[in-house]
Amino acid sequence: MKSLVCLKQVPDTETQIKVNPEGTGIVTEGIKYVINPYDEFSVEEGLRLKEKFKAGEVVILSIGPDRGTEAIRTALAMGADKGIHINDDSLNQADPFVIAQALAAAAGQVEYDVIFCGHRAIDDDFGEAGAMLAELLKLPQVTLVTKVEVAEDKKSATVERDVEGGKETVEVPLPCVLTSQKGLNEPRYASLPGIMKAKKKPIDKKTAADLGITPDPKLLSVGYSMPPERQAGTKYEGMEPADVAKVVVQALRSEAKVI
Amino acid sequence: MSKVIIYAEIKGGKIKKTAFELASEGRKLADALGGDLGAVLMGPQAEQFAPDVARFGVDTVYVVEAPELESYNSEYYAQALAQVVQEKNPEIVLLGHSMQGKDLAPRAAAKLGVAMIADCISFELDGGKLIGKRPMFAGKCFSRWTATGSPQIASARPNVLETAENPKAGAVEKISFSVDTSRSTYATKDLNLDTSGKVDLTEAEIIVSGGRGMGGNDYSLIEEMASIFGPTATVGASRAAVDAGWRPHSDQVGQTGKTVTPNLYVACGISGSIQHLAGMGSSKVIVAINKDTEAPIFTKADYGIVGDLFKVVPEFNKELKALLAE
Ligand SMILES: Cc1cc2nc3c(=O)[nH]c(=O)nc-3n(C[C@H](O)[C@H](O)[C@H](O)COP(=O)(O)OP(=O)(O)OC[C@H]3O[C@@H](n4cnc5c(N)ncnc54)[C@H](O)[C@@H]3O)c2cc1C
Ligand SMILES: Nc1ncnc2c1ncn2[C@@H]1O[C@H](COP(=O)(O)O)[C@@H](O)[C@H]1O
Repeated sequence: MKSLVCLKQVPDTETQIKVNPEGTGIVTEGIKYVINPYDEFSVEEGLRLKEKFKAGEVVILSIGPDRGTEAIRTALAMGADKGIHINDDSLNQADPFVIAQALAAAAGQVEYDVIFCGHRAIDDDFGEAGAMLAELLKLPQVTLVTKVEVAEDKKSATVERDVEGGKETVEVPLPCVLTSQKGLNEPRYASLPGIMKAKKKPIDKKTAADLGITPDPKLLSVGYSMPPERQAGTKYEGMEPADVAKVVVQALRSEAKVI
Repeated sequence: MSKVIIYAEIKGGKIKKTAFELASEGRKLADALGGDLGAVLMGPQAEQFAPDVARFGVDTVYVVEAPELESYNSEYYAQALAQVVQEKNPEIVLLGHSMQGKDLAPRAAAKLGVAMIADCISFELDGGKLIGKRPMFAGKCFSRWTATGSPQIASARPNVLETAENPKAGAVEKISFSVDTSRSTYATKDLNLDTSGKVDLTEAEIIVSGGRGMGGNDYSLIEEMASIFGPTATVGASRAAVDAGWRPHSDQVGQTGKTVTPNLYVACGISGSIQHLAGMGSSKVIVAINKDTEAPIFTKADYGIVGDLFKVVPEFNKELKALLAE
């Protein structure tokens, strides 16, 4: 079972995001980067499929600057077999369509039974690249996936996905693009031997030219800003539960006017 | 011809409120551009909703009725939407950033060769070009975006845009559409929907959330509060509660869960981690109930109650019930 996992490196969720003084982006100094949490689910699922079928491979595909190598190495340390690192100034900050184009071009150069994306990257929060990649490759997509069972013949999979107010179970022909959602699995940690082995695993470096694409941006950012600073309101301490409940419920009606 | 087209989502035989939010916003944009507003309705029973969207300013309703559109499928719906957009050639296309919208919009956009400004909370026009403002990092910052291609596609976060009635003709135009079966897609085997009619977190007007302070999977106190608030209220959770197995993953609020913007967010036994605050910090009003006066959630709460939730919430529910019964 061959899985291609599209992985983005993103700022750790603990990061306090600050917008730069020019308002053109965020302050990147001092940021610690990690694998996008949803992409971590994808890596884990790829590994489980390889283990289940006792054959195949997990290939990590990532677009990003030099620092991105670290995220790929982490995935290799978890057990993935090899990496493809696309590092090109015209792609590293690109919009989801351009990213999907580059991922599609790279996917065209490898073999896979299934492609995993995260349902969204937690930095830009676009949540688009997976579905766009599927469309560009003319493959079916199943998004927000929480369970994957691949048929013995590897020709189809039964997949559970989140829908509004419940779950949908679908049968999808392979190859396809699946986008990972929380609940899919619990990603493993890289073991020490895994980390040692990862150092010797291949990471193929590529540029936009290697992929035969000339990126043409579809979205442009016209400025970043911080959310309005939220002030702490009234704090009630040392009051009887019945009294404080009365005061706050009344305030929600007459002052905040939300009920 | 419509300069702006909205996609009006139907779910469970009902038109979603987001459709009215999009129509109201679309009307403003269409007026500013000096053009008409269209709405796309899909599915065999969709035409009945034409008068509903017309009430919020839609001039023309494009109805696509193919049997394959009976229930939602990403490929078929994306084909149909892309076809309407290609035929009508609008400048702007708006969808809701609902669970369905997140699946449909990027696929349809890719078919049209453009990207989408996803999850916008407001729109403006600059020299006729659409600018969408959207949260990033689950709301830790905001950014504004324009699209270089045509059409300009954007999705809007549910519950944020205002609705405004503005009755228009809403003339129905049927679109003849047949599925391109050369494209393979999935087949739905089972749809297991919560029949309680619980609203999705991202669309709820009031959210009552419980964290590790709940001490276990008994959420009856906060479920009771949500039910007193009524059908537009629902229950959420922190990741600690989800990871403990007390609540389903779909209830998680935060940077790796759902970003929510209800009118009222009641946090019970939630400390207010950076990831949780990112996901709910844009709520209009925040109430926090926590026994630790130092809990970070109090720095964001409009009303902070320091106390034991098991003592405070029952009294709170009693007061609410009395007030809302009036
Ligand atoms: C990669 C990553 C992503 C994450 N994403 C998310 C996310 O999306 N959403 C999220 O929520 N978290 C997320 N987290 C986890 C986050 O860091 C916190 O661990 C989590 O939010 C804590 O949940 P909590 O507030 O319920 O628990 P705690 O921090 O343990 O707080 C419990 C609170 O309950 C109070 N309490 C206890 N008993 C009572 C009582 N009887 N009455 C009143 N108050 C009481 C305590 O004083 C305390 O403040 C993420 C973490 C990581 C590493
Ligand atoms: N730079 C990137 N490199 C590799 N995969 C990416 C990249 N950006 C996005 N993706 C994939 O697309 C998913 C959705 O990203 P987004 O549309 O940016 O929210 C991510 O979870 C990844 O799987």
